[in-house]
Amino acid sequence: MKKSVFLGTLATAALVAGYASAATLDDVKARGSLNCGVSTGVNGFSAPDANGVWQGFDVAVCRAVAAAVLGDPMAVNFVPTTGQTRFTALASGEIDILARNTTWTFSRDADLGFTFIGVNYYDGQGFMVNRALGVSSATELDGATVCIQTGTTTELNLADYFRINNMTYEPVPIETNAEAQQQYLAGACDVYTTDASGLAATRASFETPGDHVILPEIISKEPLGPLVRQGDDQWADIARWTLNALVAAEELGVTSSNLEQMAAGTNNPEINRLLGTEGDLGAMIGLDAQWAMRAIAAGGNYGEIFAATIGEATPIGLARGLNAQWTQGGLLYAPPFR
Amino acid sequence: MAMDSGAQQPAFRLSMLLYDSRYRSMTIQVFALFVLMFGAAWLVYNTKTNLEALGKPFGFDFLFNTAGYDIAQRPIEYSSQSTHLRATVVGLLNTLILAVMACITATVLGVAAGVLRLSNNWIVARLMTVYIETFRNVPVLIWIIVVSAVMSESMPAPSAFRGENATSSMLLFDSVAVTNRGVYVPAPLFSLDLGAVLGMPNLGTGLNWLVILGVLVASFWLNKRLLAHATAVQNATGIRPKTWWKSLLIFLAPLAALLVIFGFHAEYPELRGFNFQGGIQMRNSLIAMWIGLSIYTAAFIAENVRAGILAIAKGQTEAAYALGLQPGKTMRLVILPQAMRVIVPPLISQYLNITKNTSLGLAVGYMDLRSTLGGITINQTGRELEGMLLLMLIYLAISLIISTVMNYYNNRIKLKER
Repeated sequence: MKKSVFLGTLATAALVAGYASAATLDDVKARGSLNCGVSTGVNGFSAPDANGVWQGFDVAVCRAVAAAVLGDPMAVNFVPTTGQTRFTALASGEIDILARNTTWTFSRDADLGFTFIGVNYYDGQGFMVNRALGVSSATELDGATVCIQTGTTTELNLADYFRINNMTYEPVPIETNAEAQQQYLAGACDVYTTDASGLAATRASFETPGDHVILPEIISKEPLGPLVRQGDDQWADIARWTLNALVAAEELGVTSSNLEQMAAGTNNPEINRLLGTEGDLGAMIGLDAQWAMRAIAAGGNYGEIFAATIGEATPIGLARGLNAQWTQGGLLYAPPFR
Repeated sequence: MAMDSGAQQPAFRLSMLLYDSRYRSMTIQVFALFVLMFGAAWLVYNTKTNLEALGKPFGFDFLFNTAGYDIAQRPIEYSSQSTHLRATVVGLLNTLILAVMACITATVLGVAAGVLRLSNNWIVARLMTVYIETFRNVPVLIWIIVVSAVMSESMPAPSAFRGENATSSMLLFDSVAVTNRGVYVPAPLFSLDLGAVLGMPNLGTGLNWLVILGVLVASFWLNKRLLAHATAVQNATGIRPKTWWKSLLIFLAPLAALLVIFGFHAEYPELRGFNFQGGIQMRNSLIAMWIGLSIYTAAFIAENVRAGILAIAKGQTEAAYALGLQPGKTMRLVILPQAMRVIVPPLISQYLNITKNTSLGLAVGYMDLRSTLGGITINQTGRELEGMLLLMLIYLAISLIISTVMNYYNNRIKLKER
């Protein structure tokens, strides 16, 4: 009898969980907070600061979505996920959105049942080695021991790269960035490979960053972006257009400092539509008119977030590069708010 | 009302299912069964609908897709172009290799520690108590990580072996290198490849090893015959013929002959490029798992052994001493054979524990079944349900096989009652 009671409870729990994932927007509103999956700690992208508050480039996306939906950028529960656990966490409904330097690939989009809502960082996979090794190119890495975060696209790119170049290597699979850093610094592997931005972020946290070089080869395309579960188009739209709003705001010159002034109305109809003084874009995705304004107010526009978290003035020191606006020769191109 | 109808059964009424104690237990059981079946069916249905809602059909086709990832420790041929199925097999073999290694060392360590804990020597007995209590009461994952950290943080990097004034050197006549990437030991090789000669190149040197194993078994059997013969002679004449040199000859001569015929030689590890090449590399992950699991489980086995020995009445020891047996022989010939009956059943569960605990390999990057099928494959293909089901099924099968084998052994050594 005990067993059936147990199973009954289990079934009920599953039933509740099944219904709970119906409309993410309603769930988030009812809960009053957004569950956001992030990394277990990559400086600049998502890591808790000295006060335990999550900060970073990926974190800013979640804060913007929370601000748009709930009106409070701090109403976010951050759920640290590893490369292995992230997709299960999203698929099971444990998190509403995953912003964890995740590469947008065909199979993840189509086969794993997720919807990528855009690209917030265009990246590529690189290698970092100790300067003392005297290696200047990735083609000299034959026979090297390579630390690699398991469960990532980098794992597959690495296998392909070494196979195509007829080189051998010794993979050391590692679960988190912190462990990889420790193994690499202990010399248990010659090379650490991950997205170039991640390498820069990791190197910035070393005691002597100058002792380590990031090799010039970028062996893959890694468009990193936030993603949501497939099947809830409204929620995907909200997340997608919040990200687009941040990008468009930079293009249109809307910053956190002139936001108030712009929101009073401008002679640019695109800005007016974005900030809700003209038209009713917010209602089309189930939000109010000021959603984009709040999202931008949370951490500034895309450029401001970039500069504050991973830009050249920060220890990570990443240049805009491909992540500049299309008007500046980059790839950022938000579709029109119309 | 006549009361003489005692033999006559009252007519069955539906309410009797609940109020008649003869039927009630049946009713409850049937009801419980229905609830159970309903619950199970509901779970299956729920899973199926949710998977369909996610657009993920249930199936194992993904096992035949290209895996795309590399595995460092591969007992069979494997590359990133192999299938997920092959990656699973590689993981399974790694699991089994680790489990067998850890079971052997844990048994040896555990029996030694268990016997020594009962030693009359105060220091030895206390030392073993400290060992057992410390290792038994700290989670095994922590031991594994400790060993792994010690290996990678405190051992020299391969580059320390390089150059004129190298800070590290290889051990045992330049044959073993202990580095922070693992321990490199010489690899046994054969210049005559039996598989290739017989036209079965796929088997590689496996055939050589099979032949050697066969010869060893034959030697073992011969030796048994020899000892039986010696006993027969002893029973007849009262004098036991000397057999030790014959036994030695039976074991060594055919083996040595075979090794010479096969051209047995060792390949020594050598520093080339970034790492040592050649020889066998026992990676840090394997060593951490092996040592961690062994020392942890050995502490439990030691307690089983101690319990087994203490279960034998003291009179047995005293009787053996009275017959003039030395303490060592008393333990080996009188106490342990009886104690085995108590030791083996809990030993089975310790072996099962070791096998299941190999799945902690993920923590140190040991590519066992959990890390290949249950880790990377699931992650790259998104087939969590299928992967986990398969994983559970395989672990279940391994565990059942181990208990069957061990139960067979237990039946052989248990007290024969007639």
